[in-house]
Amino acid sequence: MNRHLISAADLSRDDALLILDTADELARMADRPIKKLPTLRGRTVVNLFFEDSTRTRISFEAAAKRLSADVINFSAKGSSVAKGESLKDTALTLEAMGADAVVIRHSSSGAPHRLAGWVRGTVVNAGDGSHEHPTQALLDAFTIRRRFGRPLGEALDGLRVTIVGDVLHSRVARSNVLLLTTLGAEVTLVAPPTLLPVAVGAWPCAVGYDFDAVVPKTDVVMMLRVQQERMNAAYFPSVREYSRRYGLDGTRMAQLPEHAIVMHPGPMNRGVEIAADVADSARSTIVEQVANGVSVRMAVLYLLLGGAEAQA
Amino acid sequence: MHAMHPARDQARSAAGASGGGPARPGPADRKTVLEPAEIGRALTRIAHEILERTDGAADVMLLGIPTRGVPLARRLAERIEQVEGHPVPHGSLDITMYRDDLRLRPARALGRTEVPPEGIDGAIVVIVDDVLYSGRTVRAALDALNDLGRPRAVQLAVLIDRGHRELPVRPDYVGKNLPTSKQEVVRVLLTEVDSQDAVIIGRTGSST
Repeated sequence: MNRHLISAADLSRDDALLILDTADELARMADRPIKKLPTLRGRTVVNLFFEDSTRTRISFEAAAKRLSADVINFSAKGSSVAKGESLKDTALTLEAMGADAVVIRHSSSGAPHRLAGWVRGTVVNAGDGSHEHPTQALLDAFTIRRRFGRPLGEALDGLRVTIVGDVLHSRVARSNVLLLTTLGAEVTLVAPPTLLPVAVGAWPCAVGYDFDAVVPKTDVVMMLRVQQERMNAAYFPSVREYSRRYGLDGTRMAQLPEHAIVMHPGPMNRGVEIAADVADSARSTIVEQVANGVSVRMAVLYLLLGGAEAQA
Repeated sequence: MHAMHPARDQARSAAGASGGGPARPGPADRKTVLEPAEIGRALTRIAHEILERTDGAADVMLLGIPTRGVPLARRLAERIEQVEGHPVPHGSLDITMYRDDLRLRPARALGRTEVPPEGIDGAIVVIVDDVLYSGRTVRAALDALNDLGRPRAVQLAVLIDRGHRELPVRPDYVGKNLPTSKQEVVRVLLTEVDSQDAVIIGRTGSST
């Protein structure tokens, strides 16, 4: 495995399976009285968040703490960044404090990659702009594997996954396409043409514009959040029209095969991309995804930091 | 520093993998010290000793350390049940996250921890492993147990005690004491994992 986790493309099939299997063992710890392991005692993990986030930051913090690492939380608000400090200077400051790992969330695509060139420690991408969010893809893969009852060591071969919505602004979509394909799933993207990136033709997946045509032939539906904060132009005529063509409501859910599951990376816009009754249904894995996030991030931190430093 | 558990690590590599190292593999370098029947007798004796020392094994729970401690714990549980007529809870205790040599090698895959539903609180826990060497695995196991609850007592059963302790650890039940030099490698093979039962002693050029 690489020393950093910047992109889902860094992971080979074996790497990804090792992470999922490790997460599976760690998930069993969740019902123990003492949810803590001594493995990363004396190691420091810095959560460097330049962008708002609740679940990812808390998830990484819980994961690091359960492995006994020391956690320093850093958010851009109320820090020297607000005074104009550059990413590099911030990174060097953290380095001087002895960070063994930096978990970074940044609004610019590529920030974690730059950071990895500046610090000696391990860099984990917790979401960079509209580029990637590899740990989200890992926890989604983990959730799918569990829901479909696949045992340790098995991947997602043969499962049909449909990712619907704002692919253009979604780091979750890109990481998921890369990782789920590595794990053997067949991925289809469904979105209005305006919300697909130009280079989508080069991605290892199918692309469609008609949600209803795909619904009966899918095992997993992953709804993406409409990212209004990143939208600086009119990508679709109205929210109502988007919701009617690309949202998942009860009627559409009824067309899914009986075993199909519904995922959403959160935070949800209820009533836009996903109807409230769908989000709260038994098929929805949304709450599970959050719980699984901690186990998967523990696995990532353990595998990157737990052993001897990998050569190069 | 030497690797802490050469015996265990050797045992973990594929059964029969004798090439690859600087050793000269050959019949002269590998000696079978326990045959299947002897392993069976040793386990039967340990099962009886556990029964004697714990007044019928009423509160006993056997926890094997992966990989080969787990089938050993299961076999001991079966033997105790045959004698005493009541089932003995058994499971596995993975110690990977508690090892003291984690940072010396790349992160490794985890084993399974499976504690019977009654939990370890108040139980007499017998830790079961294949080879006792430095004692570091047992130390890690004691730490791992501490996070699972508070047993009334903890005991240790091993199939082979090969000496060379680096920590104050003493087994309660031993299948066979096997005096070895540190250059030697002891491998326990079990049907459940290796498709045959045997204890083999071999010699490596350098123990790394």
